[in-house]
Amino acid sequence: MKIAKELSLILGISMIGEMLNQVLPLPVPAGVYGLFLMLLLLCSGIIKLEDVEGTGNFLLDNMTPMFIPAGVGIIRYMDQVMQVGIPYLVINVLSTAAVFVVTGKVAQYVMVRTQKNEDKEGEKA
Amino acid sequence: MKEILENSIYFGFFVTIGAYLAGLFIKKKLKLAIFNPLMLAIFLVMGILAATGVDYEAYEKGGQFVSGLLTPATVCLAIPLYKQLHLLRKHGLAVAVGITSGVVTSAVCIFLLCKVFGLGHQHYVTLLPKSITTAIGMGVSEEAGGIVTLTVMSIVITGIVGNMCAEVFCKLARITHPVAKGLAIGTSAHALGTAKALELGEVEGAMSSLSIAVAGLMTVIVVPLVSGLI
Repeated sequence: MKIAKELSLILGISMIGEMLNQVLPLPVPAGVYGLFLMLLLLCSGIIKLEDVEGTGNFLLDNMTPMFIPAGVGIIRYMDQVMQVGIPYLVINVLSTAAVFVVTGKVAQYVMVRTQKNEDKEGEKA
Repeated sequence: MKEILENSIYFGFFVTIGAYLAGLFIKKKLKLAIFNPLMLAIFLVMGILAATGVDYEAYEKGGQFVSGLLTPATVCLAIPLYKQLHLLRKHGLAVAVGITSGVVTSAVCIFLLCKVFGLGHQHYVTLLPKSITTAIGMGVSEEAGGIVTLTVMSIVITGIVGNMCAEVFCKLARITHPVAKGLAIGTSAHALGTAKALELGEVEGAMSSLSIAVAGLMTVIVVPLVSGLI
């Protein structure tokens, strides 16, 4: 009963996300519409955390294997991959590393700076 | 044998879960970051398909029982985000500046590397949306005139790299704050990286989830602005 209730809430929101994806002319995937809808419903208290948390955490804990079929799907494009494989691989690896490091470093720098400023203001007061 | 397997809906389902289990087992035995369970599982399934002669479409009939859970799982990313919402209020500036710098870095990096490899306009726009979640990336690539299949491939490779190397990148670049870790993972490696971020911790998972959406939407705006450069 509890699982059925949790699952129907999650699947219902997924369905609404998919409907929005078809109706609205934006390139936003169903899951992202659903994410914001779920967040909105949780924040407004219409859905309680305990109404979705059990099944929700099960799905989140097992998210990694959900990407396996997409990864295997690369074999369909093997002929295209062979033509541009090496540059694509190098570009993908290097740019991912660069984006990762810049995002993390910049965010960390901003947090340290704002923390210091807050500390200074604290001292003045 | 091939037909018997192709007619079994559970073949793809079983092989997907089984390969992941094998990947986890190998990772546990060998304890090296390079043996990422997801990557191992993908290669294992590819090997099984090659060995049995089952084609991808037949495998996917069962595989979609697993991949089909991705949309509801994405919806559930709202759960850690909701629980960590106070962090977003506290670190709003770091979140905004961090993700923006990541999106810009991605565009600059791809521009420079395409120049280095002498790739033309079509490959440039194919690669531009590679750090964002598949569903948004496909739309962006199509709109810009890229090769959608290669965009999808790049998105998957990017995700695997992020999933595989997240901990190594954090260590090497001394990214220690959980909020910064989560933003870095989500901005660089979308949902596939986020699966790793959730393993690292709830704060990392929440920030990574948020980054998928924000970086994805920002990229939708940035790509048309820079797509004319090559």
